[in-house]
Amino acid sequence: MLLQHAADAVQAGAGAHPLSGTAAEYLWLVPLLPLLGFVLNGLLSLVSAYRVGPADPGADHDAAHGGGHAVATTHGHATDSGGGAHGDDHHPVVRHRFATLTSIIGPGVLALSFFLAVAIFAAMRGVGGGVHAPFIQSYFAWMPVGDLRINAAFQLDQLSMLMMLIITGVGTLIHIFSVGYMQDDPGYPRYFAYLNLFVFFMLMLVLGANYPVLFVGWEGVGLCSYLLIGFWFSEKANADAGKKAFIVNRIGDFGLLIAMFMLFANLGTLDFVGIAAAAPSQLVFGGALVTAICLFMFLGCAGKSAQIPLYVWLPDAMAGPTPVSALIHAATMVTAGVYLVARSNFLFSLAPAAELTVVLVGALTAIFAATIGLKQWDIKKVLAYSTVSQLGYMFVGVGSGAYVAGVFHLMTHAFFKALLFLGSGSVIFAMHRAYHHTGNHDDAQDMRNMGGLKQYMRTTWILMWIATLAIAGVPFFSGFFSKDEILGGVFLRASEHSTLAQAHWLGIPGTAILYLSYALGLAAAFMTAVYMTRMMLYTFHGPNRTGERERGHLAEAPWTMTGPLVILGVLSAVGGWFNLPALIPLGPVGVLEHWLEPVVGEGALRVTNGAPIEATHSVEYALIGAAVVIAIAGIALAFARLKPDRLVPKAQSPEEHGFERVLANKYYVDEAYDKAVVQPVVATSRGLLWRGVDVGLIDGLTRLIVQSKDDDAAPGTTVPMGGLAARAVGWVGSQVQSGQVGTYAWVLVVGVLFVLGAFTFR
Amino acid sequence: MLTESLFFSAVLFTIGVIGVLTRRNAIIIFMCVELMLNAVNLTFVAFAQVYGVAGQVFVFFVMTVAAAEAAVGLAIIIALFRHRQTVNLSNINLLKG
Repeated sequence: MLLQHAADAVQAGAGAHPLSGTAAEYLWLVPLLPLLGFVLNGLLSLVSAYRVGPADPGADHDAAHGGGHAVATTHGHATDSGGGAHGDDHHPVVRHRFATLTSIIGPGVLALSFFLAVAIFAAMRGVGGGVHAPFIQSYFAWMPVGDLRINAAFQLDQLSMLMMLIITGVGTLIHIFSVGYMQDDPGYPRYFAYLNLFVFFMLMLVLGANYPVLFVGWEGVGLCSYLLIGFWFSEKANADAGKKAFIVNRIGDFGLLIAMFMLFANLGTLDFVGIAAAAPSQLVFGGALVTAICLFMFLGCAGKSAQIPLYVWLPDAMAGPTPVSALIHAATMVTAGVYLVARSNFLFSLAPAAELTVVLVGALTAIFAATIGLKQWDIKKVLAYSTVSQLGYMFVGVGSGAYVAGVFHLMTHAFFKALLFLGSGSVIFAMHRAYHHTGNHDDAQDMRNMGGLKQYMRTTWILMWIATLAIAGVPFFSGFFSKDEILGGVFLRASEHSTLAQAHWLGIPGTAILYLSYALGLAAAFMTAVYMTRMMLYTFHGPNRTGERERGHLAEAPWTMTGPLVILGVLSAVGGWFNLPALIPLGPVGVLEHWLEPVVGEGALRVTNGAPIEATHSVEYALIGAAVVIAIAGIALAFARLKPDRLVPKAQSPEEHGFERVLANKYYVDEAYDKAVVQPVVATSRGLLWRGVDVGLIDGLTRLIVQSKDDDAAPGTTVPMGGLAARAVGWVGSQVQSGQVGTYAWVLVVGVLFVLGAFTFR
Repeated sequence: MLTESLFFSAVLFTIGVIGVLTRRNAIIIFMCVELMLNAVNLTFVAFAQVYGVAGQVFVFFVMTVAAAEAAVGLAIIIALFRHRQTVNLSNINLLKG
């Protein structure tokens, strides 16, 4: 059905869309290619799963898991059992027998997808006068129920185009990186199958022309996230992390569903185009209804994009392979919430109170996660909290109505955070290989065990520094521009000219909230510079702490891994050029702003009361100056205060004390959630639902009705009342059965007469 | 002619039903069942005069089935007698609940 070019009803009425007949007609192929990759790789995986693989690789080395959570359980015997080539396990190197084929299919379909996306982008650029209405391709009626008309339809506009390029572009690089990183994993085709499937769902999420299609993608990426977090599922900690991510996301998805129900109940449509047209006239500005819809929607965003209070799953998600952390848990999936808010700008711009909530939650998350990041030792945990913090930034952007700024940061973050994660993957790969050669069981992800790696992996070192400078906001790197735009956006909207400043949030004036968020954002930017520099210093600088024997085996990763790093490095450095501020005219100014104007322009203008924000040059210089000073100060402080030469390996490290300990333990939030939510739920389930309802009520009733003997009682003893009801009913029934044929014959004849009478005298 | 035939068959059938309901001897009940069957056969034949030959044909089917039924029924009664030394159905209530 996808092959039909299906002219959409909306377009049919308004004449042909400028994009019809161009490369955009092949829009459906962009997500379909990764789906094809999933099918092929999945088949390869299934075929090999039925073969009994080499003898248990984990038997000789009972390796402790690198994350320090759990001792590795015995690995399965099947080739694809989820055990095996863990980033930290020690195993004989056995390549999967379909590895070569998978290496071609997995990244290949993504690359094709990317080229197609570029062709569509070129077609979009080629349209004279620009594309103002979204190009919608409708494939079939998905839910034609009553008034509900939901089509399986894709929507191509500037926002989905940008997301498509990010997803396929960064996705391709990460797929190529994975070829090197996962090369010895017994589950190699399974890994690529999941990764391909993820890209398919992610594309569906950003291409969907209505909320239900988006929701399918939304749930699909959640599924793939779960599958990939628990990729090495033979270790319980990894499987638990996957479950945690899935369950926490369910809480958010509930919110998104409620928002969808409310939208349909009040507007009668779920299409983006339809809602954008109907919302301003049918929903009261700032009314309770639109505010509730936006807040429920934001609950979904908070789950998917790891915001307070649902951020807890993301740090645990680092249990998955590192390229997965880069693709799903940094560059693409976790930004889906930001995308949703930007996509729903026609709703959020009608609800200032909801937007203030988004801003405040984003700012609090940014600072909260940044403080935790200051004291983490696991290199991936630092990056995980950094991701949570940066996502908070994006929400400050899209929440304050600076949709372009939020999406811009989403894009630059995809570049530099993917680079950071892949760089850390390269480091872990080198560390693990070195440990593997010597049979060392230390933690390959703990920065205390690294140090001085710059002499062994120069490429990674330089590229990671580029990404660090970008995320810290050092001038002219990508993160500088996007972060500055967000902070500037929220600061300028705190002035009188925006609906946000005039609104109130629980009685607090919006201006105060915005200024507070700006201050928190600045503080978080400072801490970002500190913890990122700390990570670099401890990983690459100072003396080497890996140990004498391991040192000789430290080496740079193969080209399949460093190649993508180089490309991402270039993007991290120059990504800011896509949306230069007017103040720094190094090239065309505000490219992204003009590009996204048809999608978010109306909503952004509504937030600023119809007039674009105009700032005096002095204010803008002051804002940029503050951001630069903060970034440089953070890096300088880290260099001045942190002494990598004094660090000792993990095994000999002293325990932290005081507030440091609180930070290292992540404010004990997981423990608090455990006490406040998990334990009561478990206690209720056991005490009330299991022992009370199941054993007491249901089993009790069953015993009363049918069983004459209690299962738990000693054999032969009857429980009083046992089967009383069943016996009573049975006795009545048995009286009818006399066993006399004559009686039965009488009943028969009387019955026949009755039926005949009923027919005759009716 | 039709009326008389139907009346006669109704009388025969009723005698059969009353026999089945009131007698206790299995052989007699069995013969009463045969009586009912033949009452029905008479009805078929009577109607065949008016509506065509299909009724006549049906009678042959009924007689065939009745013959088979008689064979099985008598066999059961003989087996019953060998077992219980009686064919009085009042004394037989194996199906009692």
